[in-house]
Amino acid sequence: MALLTKDKFLFGLYTVLVLVLAGFALFAPWLAPYDPYDAVMRHSLQAPSAEHVFGTDKLGRDCLSRILYGTRTSLLMTLSLVGIIAGIGTFVGVVSGYMGGKVDAVLMRIVDMMLAFPGIVLAIAIAGMMGGNIVNTILALAAVSWTKYARLGRSLTLKLRERDFIAAAVTTGTRPRQILWRHVLPNILPTIVVTAAMDIGTMIIELAGLSFLGFGAQPPTPEWGLMLNEGRQHIQTAPWLMLYPGAAILIVVAVFNLWGDSLRDILAPQRAN
Amino acid sequence: MKRNEIVHRLAQMLITLVGVSFLTFSLMYLSPGDPAEMLLEVADTIVSKETLDETRAQLGLDQPFHVQYIRWITGVLQGDMGMSYSAKMPVTERLWQCLPGTLVLAGSATVMMLLIAVPCGILSAVYRNRAVDYLIRGISFLGVSMPSFWVGLILLYILGLKLKLFPITGGAVSLERMVLPALTLAIAMSAKYTRQVRTAVLEELGQDYIFGARTRGIPLRKILWRHVLPNACLPLITLLGMSIGWLLGGVAVIEMVFAWPGLGKMAVHAIEMRDYPLVQGFVLWIAVLYMGINLLVDISYTYLDPRLKKGGH
Repeated sequence: MALLTKDKFLFGLYTVLVLVLAGFALFAPWLAPYDPYDAVMRHSLQAPSAEHVFGTDKLGRDCLSRILYGTRTSLLMTLSLVGIIAGIGTFVGVVSGYMGGKVDAVLMRIVDMMLAFPGIVLAIAIAGMMGGNIVNTILALAAVSWTKYARLGRSLTLKLRERDFIAAAVTTGTRPRQILWRHVLPNILPTIVVTAAMDIGTMIIELAGLSFLGFGAQPPTPEWGLMLNEGRQHIQTAPWLMLYPGAAILIVVAVFNLWGDSLRDILAPQRAN
Repeated sequence: MKRNEIVHRLAQMLITLVGVSFLTFSLMYLSPGDPAEMLLEVADTIVSKETLDETRAQLGLDQPFHVQYIRWITGVLQGDMGMSYSAKMPVTERLWQCLPGTLVLAGSATVMMLLIAVPCGILSAVYRNRAVDYLIRGISFLGVSMPSFWVGLILLYILGLKLKLFPITGGAVSLERMVLPALTLAIAMSAKYTRQVRTAVLEELGQDYIFGARTRGIPLRKILWRHVLPNACLPLITLLGMSIGWLLGGVAVIEMVFAWPGLGKMAVHAIEMRDYPLVQGFVLWIAVLYMGINLLVDISYTYLDPRLKKGGH
């Protein structure tokens, strides 16, 4: 029996943790003790107690329930964002790298332009101007974040293009679309997936940051960044309101960062430090 | 960097700026809300259909998109970015008002960050895989996983509210009030930078000449100061230039947490008020600042790296 390597063991462990978080998101309605939208004004701003483990907010809503439902909001937003940027970015990069010529020149100029600029500033402006809601926030961050994958996809494709099996496919008359799908994509996918996995943590923080500024999820959505913003106003009287949502972000981001690193160690060990 | 390289970079910056300005302008153009209406609302006049149309014509809002864009960009090139609706003053003036706050905050955060990250990174590299290294790596891992605004709130709560060491309410720029926001930014940046310092120092420590020096019995402390650190400086300066991009974005959130009067807080407020000219001006300014700083970083290379000084790469 083959021995389980340390890398694989860690990856398994962190995958279990990720699944536990996904479980929180999925089963929030069964796990949450209260309805996250249920405002009970006479229970407003109660300190943590046996009844409300994480206390209640200004409207008397149960904090623990809101944080549990927040896992849903956060993971759903982040996964769609990372999916969009990895998909679009890789597509642009692969096409650009494979086609070369004018297409490549124009696409890469656009990418250079976006990279020469602090994206988060533009994302704040876009999200704010389009009007704060979850979809606009995702689009705003997507608009400034896809470029990284375009760069990566392009450089990986350029390296592959030199390889004999691509030349063989070209000489035997395989159509470009076929080559990209059957030969290029499967070969660059591991690196893209690792990069995307390692991006999840950062994106959770950036999405929460936009919501914290008021340009993301809107009340009464249970979202951690928004909850921190609401908690900020009661920092003196109800510090638990800003403690637990932040701790939730920390835990989730930490788990995804660990998971991303361990995935990298398995799929692309040469890139590990 | 040779002169023609600098010229080339400046040309590239100009293209980027045109692109960024076009992007922000179209964004504002497509955004919901009517600037003419907002301008009049601010002026507290009773708004009739006629005055609205008149103001629109005055602002050139009835013109097609490209005419509006060209008009705006010509103004910008002459230093006129239009009027801010919310601040009731020229955009350029408002930006100049808020710039010092942000620069002072970003500058002191960077200094604090270097004071934290460089010693920690070196310690971590020198005592690789020992207790100190694990401790520093653990802390910086936690730091990377924490949102900066949460760190800010916690510092505000503990140092400001509980221990009453620093003032917490809003007000003008002062040294006392700057400590908490600067510390927050520094902590958030240190987490990443410590790792990068560690990697850079480790890479240098792995070089053959270090092994040679050690076998000749030169003490580690001397090798560190004389060889490792000067060599590790170069990649660190590049990374510093890159983290400034993060800083310019991150500063907005932190300025909001601490009600610090800077560009970031101004921008958030401007967005809330749908003050388009001010937002456009802000985005352009940040673009110029960011690219300017990165150009300076690259130019500084020429002086720091003897290999580049002689002209070759």
